[in-house]
Amino acid sequence: MSKPRLTREQIAARAALELPDGAYVNLGWGIPNLVAAYVPSEFTIYFHSENGILGMGPRANPGDEDFDLVDAMKVPVTLRPGAAFFSQVDAHVMTRGGHLDICILGGLQVSEKGDLANWRVPGAKGAGGIGGAMDISVGAERLIVTMEHTAKDGAPKILKACTYPLTALECVHTIITDLAVIDVTSQGLQLREVAPGFTPEEVQAATEPELHYFGNIPEMRLP
Amino acid sequence: MARKEKIYPAIDDAVRDIPDGASIMFGGFGGAGFPNNLIQALARQGASRLKVISNNCGTGEGELGILFKLRRIRSVVAAFPGPGSTYFQQQFDAGEVELELVPQGILCERMRAFGAGIPAFFSPVGVGTEVARGKEERTIAGKRCIYEEALGADYAFIKAWRADHIGNLIYRKAARNFNPIMATAAATTIVEVDEIVPTGSLDPETIVTPSVFIDRIVQAKGVRFV
Repeated sequence: MSKPRLTREQIAARAALELPDGAYVNLGWGIPNLVAAYVPSEFTIYFHSENGILGMGPRANPGDEDFDLVDAMKVPVTLRPGAAFFSQVDAHVMTRGGHLDICILGGLQVSEKGDLANWRVPGAKGAGGIGGAMDISVGAERLIVTMEHTAKDGAPKILKACTYPLTALECVHTIITDLAVIDVTSQGLQLREVAPGFTPEEVQAATEPELHYFGNIPEMRLP
Repeated sequence: MARKEKIYPAIDDAVRDIPDGASIMFGGFGGAGFPNNLIQALARQGASRLKVISNNCGTGEGELGILFKLRRIRSVVAAFPGPGSTYFQQQFDAGEVELELVPQGILCERMRAFGAGIPAFFSPVGVGTEVARGKEERTIAGKRCIYEEALGADYAFIKAWRADHIGNLIYRKAARNFNPIMATAAATTIVEVDEIVPTGSLDPETIVTPSVFIDRIVQAKGVRFV
């Protein structure tokens, strides 16, 4: 398959369509971090940052940075009206306690049952780091994973069982990739949308477990 | 008991008694809220074989980086050592420093429990992952949970914005992070603040850390690593 897949920005744009007006949302590293830019301007989304901010706005303009006002990735940010600061404990009362509506995380692998592996590639150099990913995955009311559908070598990242170190069991609700939107259900993986120019059969070929789909599968909605 | 003066005019005096092998919590997250001046003072003081508890493991020589560079740290409990923690990563790869990786919310909740006099609790975070290894598992209210022990330390080094003379603290923006929790979980808590204000001048409605948690106060502004 050498047809062009969606870009990281397009994956983020599609993920943004999952956020209803007024939602409380945490965005993880990588593609999820791009999602905020695609929220419709008439929507108010309360972005949570696990270092202790609710109501985070966009990145601060150069010259206006305040290095006491950074997101969990060290990026100087701004605040929206109604923002609040709190301690690390309260930040994770919000994640683990199920108080956020939607969390979007990056993924290395997702299993058929919705297990997520997203914090370490086996054999990679260095200590790795869990950060807030396990607390967020366990507590998320709805967890969306955004990632490329396959690894650089073409190997599927949606698997019958994850082979990388796990973040949490049975936590993923929806997977949005450069090929498809897939829901994790008690009956297995349901193919909801396919990337423009791709067929369900092509998406299935890039996915290890069986995908369930019936009739005409619509193309991924992109703004 | 006699009222103790908490303000230390000289920062080096505030860290002078810290022995080799001490366990120390360090506040800070994402470059904000690190007690950088206290860390520098500890680097000058020379205590070694330290057991460190901190979200991150430094950025280059900044934050905790200087203590790793000087090889003062023997073990770390952290959630996210960080790709910029050059000296930690080198020593970790060489097997020279031990690491216990803890999910971030559990890291601070273990501190909170310690500070609140709760020796242990059960949590669903980490079930089925390598974090659960060797931990008792129970199903509580239909949820698989693992046993987590409270986490305390000999010292907490924290950073706040303003203190009054008895140690009531307010923080600035996202520089609050781990600081108020660590303040409750150590035998001795040392705070570095930008400004010391007269007792009674902080609005009681806005105080985040009440003075009972604070043992030593130093005013230090200037050193920061971004």
